[in-house]
Amino acid sequence: MVDIAVVDYGMGNLRSVRQALRAVAPDASIAVTSEPNEVTQAARVVFPGQGAMPDCMRELDARGLRAAVLQAARSKPFLGICIGLQMLFEHSDEGNIPGLGILPGKVVRFAANLRDAQDNKLKVPHMGWNQVHHADHTLWQGIPQDARFYFVHSYYVQPFDDALVKATSCYPQPFVCAVARDNLFAVQFHPEKSQSAGLTLLKNFVNWNPV
Amino acid sequence: MLAKRIIPCLDVTAGRVVKGVSFVELRDAGDPVEIARRYDEQGADELAFLDITASSDDRGILFRVIEQVADQVFIPLTVGGGVRHVEDVRNLLNAGADKVSINTSAVLNPQLVEDAAGRYGSQCIVVAIDAKQVNPGQWEVFTHGGRKASGLNAVEWAKNMQKLGAGEILLTSMDKDGQRSGFDLALTRAVTDALEIPVIASGGVGNLQHLVDGVKLGGADAVLAASIFHYGEYTVQQAKQFMAQHGIEVRL
Repeated sequence: MVDIAVVDYGMGNLRSVRQALRAVAPDASIAVTSEPNEVTQAARVVFPGQGAMPDCMRELDARGLRAAVLQAARSKPFLGICIGLQMLFEHSDEGNIPGLGILPGKVVRFAANLRDAQDNKLKVPHMGWNQVHHADHTLWQGIPQDARFYFVHSYYVQPFDDALVKATSCYPQPFVCAVARDNLFAVQFHPEKSQSAGLTLLKNFVNWNPV
Repeated sequence: MLAKRIIPCLDVTAGRVVKGVSFVELRDAGDPVEIARRYDEQGADELAFLDITASSDDRGILFRVIEQVADQVFIPLTVGGGVRHVEDVRNLLNAGADKVSINTSAVLNPQLVEDAAGRYGSQCIVVAIDAKQVNPGQWEVFTHGGRKASGLNAVEWAKNMQKLGAGEILLTSMDKDGQRSGFDLALTRAVTDALEIPVIASGGVGNLQHLVDGVKLGGADAVLAASIFHYGEYTVQQAKQFMAQHGIEVRL
């Protein structure tokens, strides 16, 4: 049994997630794994994701990981990252597919032809460092309000329950970039690539004991 | 709101950082791991590594450099140079790169961009374009480190790469590279206006005003520079403060 399982379903590189966790939890055992049993037995689970959500859902199921992820998301400290956040919801406009349906809401694309207040074109993907305006939650401890995190995504989540929302960012309209419920926390940005703010969030996660 | 990114670029050969003028006359600028750590501490938003010789002997050295950097520096890393096959993309991602830039091979085999983006996602595929002005308002794509003309129009090529799945364009002006007289702003503006994906302006930065101009006049989403940082003229932090004073949103 490991302290932290990073769910690996073959979509992208999880090296940086593992290394960032090692940096904040040098004594923890960390497994990057596609074994459902290892996910089920781990004390904490990190659920990352890159690329297109339909591919991610397909590969997750191809490895038989769905049940283990559902169980972990309902029972132990669980951190979703990027597509790992989006997959928790009921539906995604990317490929028009159902998600895992753990949280009520959907995943939608940024509109085309976005403009900022100075009428500059806003590109999609939303890529780079944006400010994160957070609500109260243990995982934000020690992170200044409106600190910048690194994002790269073209879709974002629209939860149907406002109580889930734990942070928003603006591009140019506010969008939800972090959600939480009970033992579950999930973010749109990449904490593993967000320097000190990101490492602080990961450290808070590995020390988090939700009731 | 989203910050404009400052990306120090490390041209690497045989495990050392070097810097040339207009793609020739290389000078040694130091150890890549040490330099990467310094830029991270100064607040760099990303780092770009270009393997400028990209010989098979150097490949192993580059992988070790990227691994060492990725273990210590928790910001995005873009790595390019000599990427010919989807396996090259995979190997660089496995070594710790977050994005891989493809230049000559995209021209020789555009399918590579589509395959790599399809396999690993557009977010990690950067197409690097080396462009040279051939007529006012017209630029041609060059390959092989700027030695071969491709016959391709740079703006059209960038649009084509976006269509095939590139997540970002790294645009270098060959006319300006190493000249320290500023970006080719007309080129930057022409490409960024034609695309929906972000554009990194590269080639020609000699002072901090050039970075401001690249964003404000060129419309770049990110600015890349090498020599102004390597030789200690400016820190990344100074560059960001200067940009902030000029009304540009940056991560301070």
